[in-house]
Amino acid sequence: MPKFKSVDYYNFDSLLTEEEILIRETVREFTEENIVPIIEDHYMKGTFPMELVPQMAEMGMFGATLLAKYGCAEMNNVAYGLVMQELERGDSGVRSFASVQSSLVMYPIYTFGSEAQKDYWLPLLARGEKIGCFGLTEPDFGSNPGGMITKAEDLNDHYLLNGAKMWITNGTIADVAVVWAKLNGVVHGFLVEKGTKGYTVPEMKGKHSLRASVTSELIFEDCKIPKENIFPNTSGLKSPLMCLNQARYGIAWGAIGAAMGCYDTALNYALSRIQFGKPIAGFQITQEKLTHMLTEITKMQFLTLQLGRLKDKGVSRFQQVSMAKRNNVYHALEIGRIAREILGANGILNEYPIMRHTANLESVKTYEGTHEMHTLIVGEDITGMSAFE
Amino acid sequence: MKIVVCVNHVPDTEARIKIGADGKGIDKSGITYILNPYDEIAVEQGLRLKEKFGGEVIAISLGGESNKETLRKTLAMGADKAILLKDESDRDSFSVAKALSDNLKEINSDIILFGKQSIDFDNSQLPGLVAEMLNLPSVSVVVKLEIENNQVVCEREIEGGHEKVESRLPVVLSVQKGLCEPRYPSLKGIMAAKTKLIEEKPVISNSKKVEIVSLRLPASKGTGKIVGTEPTAAKELVRLLHEEAKII
Ligand SMILES: Cc1cc2nc3c(=O)[nH]c(=O)nc-3n(C[C@H](O)[C@H](O)[C@H](O)COP(=O)(O)OP(=O)(O)OC[C@H]3O[C@@H](n4cnc5c(N)ncnc54)[C@H](O)[C@@H]3O)c2cc1C
Ligand SMILES: Cc1cc2nc3c(=O)[nH]c(=O)nc-3n(C[C@H](O)[C@H](O)[C@H](O)COP(=O)(O)OP(=O)(O)OC[C@H]3O[C@@H](n4cnc5c(N)ncnc54)[C@H](O)[C@@H]3O)c2cc1C
Repeated sequence: MPKFKSVDYYNFDSLLTEEEILIRETVREFTEENIVPIIEDHYMKGTFPMELVPQMAEMGMFGATLLAKYGCAEMNNVAYGLVMQELERGDSGVRSFASVQSSLVMYPIYTFGSEAQKDYWLPLLARGEKIGCFGLTEPDFGSNPGGMITKAEDLNDHYLLNGAKMWITNGTIADVAVVWAKLNGVVHGFLVEKGTKGYTVPEMKGKHSLRASVTSELIFEDCKIPKENIFPNTSGLKSPLMCLNQARYGIAWGAIGAAMGCYDTALNYALSRIQFGKPIAGFQITQEKLTHMLTEITKMQFLTLQLGRLKDKGVSRFQQVSMAKRNNVYHALEIGRIAREILGANGILNEYPIMRHTANLESVKTYEGTHEMHTLIVGEDITGMSAFE
Repeated sequence: MKIVVCVNHVPDTEARIKIGADGKGIDKSGITYILNPYDEIAVEQGLRLKEKFGGEVIAISLGGESNKETLRKTLAMGADKAILLKDESDRDSFSVAKALSDNLKEINSDIILFGKQSIDFDNSQLPGLVAEMLNLPSVSVVVKLEIENNQVVCEREIEGGHEKVESRLPVVLSVQKGLCEPRYPSLKGIMAAKTKLIEEKPVISNSKKVEIVSLRLPASKGTGKIVGTEPTAAKELVRLLHEEAKII
């Protein structure tokens, strides 16, 4: 297959800085050389490619927007987004790993953690020597995490944690879990370390989506959590939602990567597949499909870049992040399906990345706030009326 | 150890080259440029020498403003300093070597590294010319390198085998694939590169000795022909290869 080329119909690159371009090119090369050749195999087996972690860490992909003093790259949100885009062009599972490590584990430790928690965990997580996960969702509380029943009790010299989380990315392979639980009825964050007595992490099996990613349950049975493992600076449910807001922003970019991968594959295929004596790219219906895909990708790029610039200025709003996550994942999924059509029967084979991307995007559409919930968040913003609370 | 790496900014290997309007150069529009892949190996080798012996790595490139992209990449990989010899004019190998060596004289480094060739014009002349102009020893097509107490031991790739040679610092080396695997620039390195300065120096003289008269693309491959799909077509294919293509 020809080397992946940037999808840039509107001179998008002219809006990026030299560093942002270099970061994107570097991660693109990493993806091309390290993720693409191995990912189908992992996907079929249902395993996460752990072998990628040391190099991703070495390159600085974890916690990339955080301060250099913790070993992080201290780059802006646009550059971070471009990293997510390129990783997800490889696979949503690999991007999910980086999202969780960066936005859902390092970010909350950085934002809500004590100095001791930051000094200990951030460098280890940045170097990929420790892996983290984020436990918010419960079997009975997904879109409505405020109803969670996992709870902590203050027993003076420690907290006692009981409950269960579900659908937790990286759970089984994590050294530390950022767990959200109610303490006296208010949501607080706790660092739960691997090996804590009463803490088990069974992996969830049978996924048809995000197969190259570990998804787990976290079960807490009378777990003693040291006092110093609570986040000192949280404020109820708003805190985990702040983390999700970070991660969703990365997902909005990631979806562009998956969409570009599908579009690029479909375009190359359409140009070389001959039916009725000519390339299928020459038929009107195929051209309509390609035009639609490219148009949607182009719109996603500018929507998301502007969001990143607003975020870098510190003026983005969470409703804007919802709009981008909702729009981009929706259209990436649509593009995946159209690309599959263009490849005909070949579209279902793992020789091409399309079916994998499309199946992955079904998870992406649901996690970090479902498509519907983001609709309602923007809807509330427009009308001033909440349709869900 | 003071290490200099000379780097070129060349069209991407997948670029579709078109001849420019004057018939002597290429049409640069729409072409992506990259750090010459052999030079990338030289940068990596330079960084490894620095990691082993201490010192600094200086990347140097001759060309226009856009060569800064390539210099930035070397800084992102870990080079300490970059110098752009700024000149947009067309040059031959000799005049590039002259401009480089005039500057290299001032830098006075322990080792000067080149890729074995630039993948744009494939002249493979610079390392030798520069070494000669600086009156230094040079070793080409290096695939293995060891340095101890100013003693330089290289393995070179030669037809059907390897040759081991010795020389002394300061030396000019041109490196070949296999010497080492270039690292990815780290994202931290890329951000740090922003704060590193690219020093610009004008180059005035252009003592060109070779003139490009014209460029042309290789003849296009022509369309294929399917002789048939049945076993009986084999006979016809052999006849065509023999009588028309005259290759068997
Ligand atoms: C592969 C994968 C990895 C995940 N990783 C993590 C992780 O690392 N950490 C973590 O905490 N969670 C994780 N999740 C969980 C994810 O965030 C939840 O699945 C998501 O929030 C939705 O919750 P739910 O699945 O319980 O669906 P539900 O909340 O039960 O929703 C079911 C359907 O009802 C709709 N719905 C719900 N409420 C309303 C309403 N008021 N109005 C209209 N429609 C509504 C939803 O949009 C959805 O379509 C992961 C999920 C997956 C699939
Ligand atoms: C799981 C599976 C089982 C199958 N089982 C059988 C079987 O038992 N027996 C059998 O014979 N076949 C079988 N098939 C083959 C199936 O019928 C073909 O895949 C189908 O006819 C499409 O052909 P193609 O895959 O070669 O796609 P192509 O014909 O190459 O089409 C590729 C794309 O181009 C479009 N296209 C093609 N021509 C035009 C045009 N003129 N104008 C506009 N668009 C055009 C198509 O709609 C499609 O989107 C099976 C396929 C699958 C996936």
